[in-house]
Amino acid sequence: MNNELKHLAGLTVSGQMDRRAFMGRAFALGATTALAGTLLGSQAKAATPQKGGTLKIAMSGGQSTDSLDPALASNETTFMVVKHFGDTLVEVAADGSLEMRLATAVEASEDAKVWTFTIREGVRFHNGDALSAADVVATLRRHAGDESQSGALGQLRAVETIEDQGGKVIVTLKEGNADLPYIMSDYHLAIQPRGGLDAPDAGVGTGPYKVVTADHGVRYTFEKFADYWDDTRGHADAIEMLIISDDTARVAALQSGQVHMVNRIPPKVAGLVERHPSITVHSAGGRSHYAFLMHCNTAPFDNNDLRLALKYAMDRQQMVDKILFGHGSLGNDMPINGAYPLFSDDIEQRMYDPEKAAAHFKASGHDGPVVLRTADTSFPGAIDAAQLFQQSAAAAGIQIEIKREPNDGYWSEVWNKQPFCTSYWGGRPTQDGMYSTAYLTSADWNDTRFFDDSFDAQLLQARSETDQTSRKAIYREMGVKVRDEGGLLCPMFANWVEGTTDKVEGWYDDPGQNMMNGFATIKCWLKA
Amino acid sequence: MIAQRVALSLLILFAVSVVIFVGTEILPGDVAQNILGQTATPEALANLREKMGLNEPALSRYLSWLGGLLQGDLGVALTNGRDIAESLISRFGNTLFLAAVAAIMSVPLAIFLGLVAVRYRDRWPDKVISAATLTSISLPEFFIGYLLMLFFAVKFPAFPSVASVYDGMGFLARLHAVALPAFALTLVVLAHMMRMTRAAVLNVMESPFIETAELKGLSSFKVIYRHALPNAIAPIVNVVMLNMAYLIVGVVVIEVIFVYPGLGQYLVDHVAKRDVPVVQAAGLIFAVIFIGLNLIADITALLSNPRLRHPK
Amino acid sequence: MKLSIPLSALFGIAVTVTIVGVAVLAPWIAPYSMSEIVGEVWEPMSTTHLLGTDTLGRDLLSRLMFGARTTLWIAALATMISFCLGTFLGLAAAVFGGWIDQVLSRLVDLVMAIPTLILALVILSVLAPSLTTLILVMGLLDSTRVFRLTRSVGHDIVVMDYVEAAVLRGEGRLWIIFREILPNALSPLIAELGLRFIFMVLFLSALSFLGLGIQPPEADWGGMVKENKDGIVFGIPAALIPAAAIAVLAISVNLIADWVLKRTSSLKGGQNV
Repeated sequence: MNNELKHLAGLTVSGQMDRRAFMGRAFALGATTALAGTLLGSQAKAATPQKGGTLKIAMSGGQSTDSLDPALASNETTFMVVKHFGDTLVEVAADGSLEMRLATAVEASEDAKVWTFTIREGVRFHNGDALSAADVVATLRRHAGDESQSGALGQLRAVETIEDQGGKVIVTLKEGNADLPYIMSDYHLAIQPRGGLDAPDAGVGTGPYKVVTADHGVRYTFEKFADYWDDTRGHADAIEMLIISDDTARVAALQSGQVHMVNRIPPKVAGLVERHPSITVHSAGGRSHYAFLMHCNTAPFDNNDLRLALKYAMDRQQMVDKILFGHGSLGNDMPINGAYPLFSDDIEQRMYDPEKAAAHFKASGHDGPVVLRTADTSFPGAIDAAQLFQQSAAAAGIQIEIKREPNDGYWSEVWNKQPFCTSYWGGRPTQDGMYSTAYLTSADWNDTRFFDDSFDAQLLQARSETDQTSRKAIYREMGVKVRDEGGLLCPMFANWVEGTTDKVEGWYDDPGQNMMNGFATIKCWLKA
Repeated sequence: MIAQRVALSLLILFAVSVVIFVGTEILPGDVAQNILGQTATPEALANLREKMGLNEPALSRYLSWLGGLLQGDLGVALTNGRDIAESLISRFGNTLFLAAVAAIMSVPLAIFLGLVAVRYRDRWPDKVISAATLTSISLPEFFIGYLLMLFFAVKFPAFPSVASVYDGMGFLARLHAVALPAFALTLVVLAHMMRMTRAAVLNVMESPFIETAELKGLSSFKVIYRHALPNAIAPIVNVVMLNMAYLIVGVVVIEVIFVYPGLGQYLVDHVAKRDVPVVQAAGLIFAVIFIGLNLIADITALLSNPRLRHPK
Repeated sequence: MKLSIPLSALFGIAVTVTIVGVAVLAPWIAPYSMSEIVGEVWEPMSTTHLLGTDTLGRDLLSRLMFGARTTLWIAALATMISFCLGTFLGLAAAVFGGWIDQVLSRLVDLVMAIPTLILALVILSVLAPSLTTLILVMGLLDSTRVFRLTRSVGHDIVVMDYVEAAVLRGEGRLWIIFREILPNALSPLIAELGLRFIFMVLFLSALSFLGLGIQPPEADWGGMVKENKDGIVFGIPAALIPAAAIAVLAISVNLIADWVLKRTSSLKGGQNV
């Protein structure tokens, strides 16, 4: 790592340089957003945690229909709730590396088909039982089994058997996958006693906090689990999590000091919020991207000239400026950015070019307006983004007709069904994960209907390729193909924009998911 | 007559439950799909549907729900398996509490302001009251909520912006917690009731018997509230009942902004997830409220008018 | 009876006429188009943008002017439907009584008892969303409230001596409705009309945000408050001005209503004494 970068990070943490300036300099030095964010984090972590107190957090996304069953967790609130009471075998650290948690070692066979997880000893569940390999096997089987209703089932398809061999867990795959440990970091796969078969929604795990009350969609309270195995986490005595779906109300709760941290500050007001003397706004670059999805097999989007016309008609810089207020980065019509390992940063950035757009539009032979479906729920600011796009496309002579769809039913009726709509992707820890989820011909969520045999072959080739240089080269080719021929129009990658009061210490930016990849309350502490 | 009305009301309740059931069936998507969302795979969907009994025909699902209802069993939520009756009772209690606080503040105030406006008709008190209430009614609910939050929670922190209430909380603590949402609701409903009081009383003020009362030498305020108000009750009661219904079933926005665990948000969440048994149960409560309030309005109007009370 | 118009009513009429005039003339007098992006987000008031810019950098004044068209047009039509239907059925229920009253009243109970959200979503998924659907839905849903009010006011009047006299004279039911009952029920109805119109302005934006109705970049005043709502607590003009516009409209429309109300009540006094 570059020495100047490290020096800059030190300055920022000690308060001699503000965060934005650091990010600017870091970019100038050629670091990616994720790397720069991580660097800053590792410096901040150096301070000594203080124990005690009740840490209060306000989150968006929770609903009264939520459940404590990790298999059914699917919004940012339940995602965080599971992290409080449960642990996974491994975790992905902020720099993209693997961190051992309930597993102490992971070994793979040569062909990456058979994986052996050594289970940590001396770990206890909240109910007093000791963690055993049997619990791990039962949990994984519940998620991967025939009767699974789990959100992680899609990623566990390749699993053939899960066995307990003398205290070690052996996972056998149908085909080799070098990224299996990353899959095991999925938050759905929190280990439960006896796999949670008796009471899937009991909220009992090995995590740093015990669930005290769970009033879904309203409020959760947790207390510190005295027997937690890892002393470096869980500093506050208790956690109170309030569900505040309204953006303004959530920010007001932070401003009035009723909570110590909030997720999802609207980028538009982030600058105004930051003027408050005791509030820090954090902006962590990540893998989450906002998308305009075209179905490559549906007229008129089956014409690559039309797709290119729309891609060139998108004013990306304006999107980042007016939708994200700078809290994000330009998208390049591929789902991958610098936050992914093995990313090639030399792929040319596509920019707004109304002349090229007009030329491709003419070549496509399409006539008349293009219907774009959108809803507030597809990503924050989607309706606004659609209107900006309408204007920038009009300059290229392309007429976009916006259809606002109800939020209700958007994910079941519009996304992955209508040929042109807005959407977002939270991203996956690896390029393989992202491409296999949404770009492989057989993928469940191939929401751009991108069917390309040679692309599929390359994906499989990259999966088993052990030489990182050649793997990176394959991923580069795949990325360029999606960029030039795919149905993804990706104008921007969005940062996680979040806030803490000056009572909170220990924050670092993590590109993984919102709120320090869900660990904000677990890894931060209250200043005495 | 009352017996007939009650019987008809039961029939309407039944019709409401059918309409809500059919309505939620028509809406695209089902509960399994909505729970799993973007992470749904075909296998997981099929397993979840099987477990929830969604593969049964719609009619038999409706009948089994109805059967349960008649035995006093509302069942459990499909989404998280919680007992519906238990969740509903606690949510409904919260809703009634907030509605009651707002009603106790707003109804007497609205009628009082309406009478003051009549008494000082076309003079400055009338104009000030009208302009203020009209302004408050033309602001969207969230606007009023945000302003109250800004001034009374952030700038001058007198009340919490998060109206968390939970079991075992004392009455006064509860009152303090719901202060801001109750103020907001009061501002929202005040104008409608005040304007109707003013108009209805003015309408009656022109009648001959009021002139008689005035000739008797009664003070003008006494004339208004002793003689005019009772004869203007019917329209006022109807508007009051409409606003009571709003306070109970229509406060979703205020609930969301102040994080108040009432019935409104509960219903919205479950409609979004297509959790039919919960939607049915909550829908029935709302229907009972509306039908009951309409009944009360009719009876009050009847009792307040001697000519209706004693038909010739 | 004097024909002089009081100052307050004059004010109401002047403001309302101005708003209607601006709405009609919007394409010719608005400085910019409604959808064009002409500046930065939430610019303060300036000489180039008299009221500043909105959440995307569009000229707020131009949007307000164009927004006045959709807002007034839809709210007025929906209020008209709601009133004509609600008043007529309400009075009919009061005059005819018996099973007609029973059927209408219970039907209204039924419609009111179904949560608006479910009703709106079902209508949206069954019918193609269009402006006509939107106006009809708004009018029909709202007419239940008008029905309840009219019916109860009507009930009070039906038992009056002068109505009985008319019945004894052998007048037709319709004659009785329009000549005897309606004039005497007018005061509370006009007061209600003024408020219903404002409810419609707000209801419109609620339905638009469900996806039923106005499509972006079209604007309505309520929708503009919503688009800019993140800015309310920061005092951003783009969030406050559309709300103020609605309030001004509400006050002026109701000032006119007050004036009409005063005239009808004195008219009635003349007839019946």
